[in-house]
Amino acid sequence: MFKRRHLIGIEDLKREEIDHILDTADSMLEVSTRNVKKVPALRGKTVVNLFFENSTRTRISFELAAKRLSADLLNFSGSSSSLSKGETFRDTVQNIEAMHPDIFVIRHAASGSAQYLSSFTKYSVVNAGDGAHEHPTQALLDALTIRQKKGSLDGLKVTIVGDVLHSRVARSNIFLLRNYNTRITLSGPVPLVPEEFKELGVEVEYDLDKALEGSDIVMMLRIQRERLSGIFFPSLREYRKYYQMTPERMKRADKNALLLHPGPINRGVELMKEVADGEQSVILDQVTNGVAVRMAVLYLISGGTNELDH
Amino acid sequence: MSLIIKKGRVVDPAQKLNEETDLLIDGGKVVKIGKNLSVPGAETVDAKGLLVFPGLIDMHVHLREPGFEYKETIASGGRAAAAGGFTSIAAMPNTLPMNDNEGITSFIVDKAAAESPVRVFPISAVSREQEGKELVEMGSIVEAGAVAFSEDGFPIRSPLILRRALEFQKTLGKIIIEHAEDLVLSGEGVAHASAFTYKLGLKGIPFSSETAAIARDIEILREFGGKIHFAHLSSRFSVELVERAKRDGLQVTAEVTPHHLLLNEDLLSTYSPLYKTKPPLREEKDRLSLVDALAKGIIDVIATDHAPHSQDEKELEFDFAPFGVIGLETAAGLIYDRLVSTKLISLERFVEVLSLNPAKILGLSGKGTLAVGSDGDVTLFDPEKSVVVDCERFQSLARNTPFQGWKAKGWPVMTFVAGRRVF
Repeated sequence: MFKRRHLIGIEDLKREEIDHILDTADSMLEVSTRNVKKVPALRGKTVVNLFFENSTRTRISFELAAKRLSADLLNFSGSSSSLSKGETFRDTVQNIEAMHPDIFVIRHAASGSAQYLSSFTKYSVVNAGDGAHEHPTQALLDALTIRQKKGSLDGLKVTIVGDVLHSRVARSNIFLLRNYNTRITLSGPVPLVPEEFKELGVEVEYDLDKALEGSDIVMMLRIQRERLSGIFFPSLREYRKYYQMTPERMKRADKNALLLHPGPINRGVELMKEVADGEQSVILDQVTNGVAVRMAVLYLISGGTNELDH
Repeated sequence: MSLIIKKGRVVDPAQKLNEETDLLIDGGKVVKIGKNLSVPGAETVDAKGLLVFPGLIDMHVHLREPGFEYKETIASGGRAAAAGGFTSIAAMPNTLPMNDNEGITSFIVDKAAAESPVRVFPISAVSREQEGKELVEMGSIVEAGAVAFSEDGFPIRSPLILRRALEFQKTLGKIIIEHAEDLVLSGEGVAHASAFTYKLGLKGIPFSSETAAIARDIEILREFGGKIHFAHLSSRFSVELVERAKRDGLQVTAEVTPHHLLLNEDLLSTYSPLYKTKPPLREEKDRLSLVDALAKGIIDVIATDHAPHSQDEKELEFDFAPFGVIGLETAAGLIYDRLVSTKLISLERFVEVLSLNPAKILGLSGKGTLAVGSDGDVTLFDPEKSVVVDCERFQSLARNTPFQGWKAKGWPVMTFVAGRRVF
């Protein structure tokens, strides 16, 4: 069912594999609610969090996932442009490899880094976000959250809003959702949502109100204000005016629509407080599910079957 | 010491020659062409079954010396050129210190004379430190041996500097080679901007990064006159601009690299920095347009843009690895196999774009032809020799070829400079 040694991206996964990861994650959710939140599935294995880009949330989510599976965990943070300190990315990895880990969880600012790592390491690689390319566990935890609330991924209208151009979350979600019978619409300022994305099998609608019409799922993306304002949109004021999710706008979507955000949120930029903390928001469910999905991924790529209590 | 190259097929478009004949070189010059030549005491090379070309010329090479000798030196780059069938190469100025003065130009000329098996012609920067603020001392640099001016690696930043350089061309005659790129539009781009590279999450360099720069230059040239050679065209839209400028009677020429003729952006799915170049590899449509433009005479030259980097540098992540690939030791063979054998370009055209035209554009007298009186620079090419590209056997210090493992039938086998065998 799941025979891969690496999880580099969603793009090459089949629907059955995605379903299997989500089913496994469901079992892992149960582990996290036990009195003793630990199973011995990865006892004796070493997971290395290789974080070349800051990310507290993803790192601690993987950390907790590894620990609940009884793995040993090593956190490594390095800087991205590697040769500056005389050592390359490859050198760094080979140093850690010499200590015999089992699984690398890699976060890196450069697209393609996870694939590059998998090309020379003999250990398993889990991509925790590479540049603007993929963030597969984020898409999986989003899918798990949607499935819990909606029963199925099929038949849903999904709207993804914001900085699609720089978003690995958007790409992984598109790759995942297009395996199901979904209709995906992207919305945001034109420079951040190039029409070329239509070639991925999605629709593009720059009028957010229209894009939201009848949506079952609203995924908001983080706006990196310092980097984008002035070039990708004229000002934050304009961004808020046309693309901030307000309670009013949220009403355009289906009344049972879910609101997702990969975090960390920029309160008052892409989301108003009333929406972020509102009834339709499942942002904290996403965080909970993140640990379960990451447990499932670590477990499956180390060759696990679906029995956790032996 | 005289040399007779016997019974090869001499292909020399300048003389409209394509026939099996002998070639006599004496005192470093071609002295006679004809059948059954014999001179007592002359060294003889049997070229039966081989093609005999006027020495190939690569007008766009980075030799990295002075300053980056760990990437390439004048000696190692010269040996790589000889192994690839090139008898003359032109060296871009982005060294450290930069070649923006007669001292560095003389250093390159002297060092090449002492250490390089092939002729090396320095290209000077257009402006001091390539900053686009003040012209280099163009006259003195030409006297020291520079054959062209270019800010390569970067465009000529200031349109005013371009205008002035074109005006000085009237007295100096040397070509300006433009790396046409709008740096603002390129931004932090590392790959062609397309649906495909958006999917890969790579930052894009749009077509207009190149076309806007070419269009600017053409309009400046249209008003003030002069000659511009556009380096490494990458897109079909650039081809259209050059074609239109030529139709308008402007003195514009252009080159294309082997990698833009043979590769496209699809390879970036590997994220291998071996495919990271500037300008970027673009779409298959662009590649086909470049091949077509080369065949039709819109593009005048194949130049490698040989850009050596150390293996450590090219093993970095895609975003951080330097731009550029090497080409001296693979260009002739791969172009012959992929474009000549497949009849996309004729054999005569092959010699024009790899020898005659670069000699004309750079004004290298006595080169680009084997007519009596010209230099005894000769490339012998075996159209039957099968080769698998193996960078471990390169003469270059660098290994950053995107063609490792490629097979080709047809490869350069001997190289003569001024009648002396250098490979």
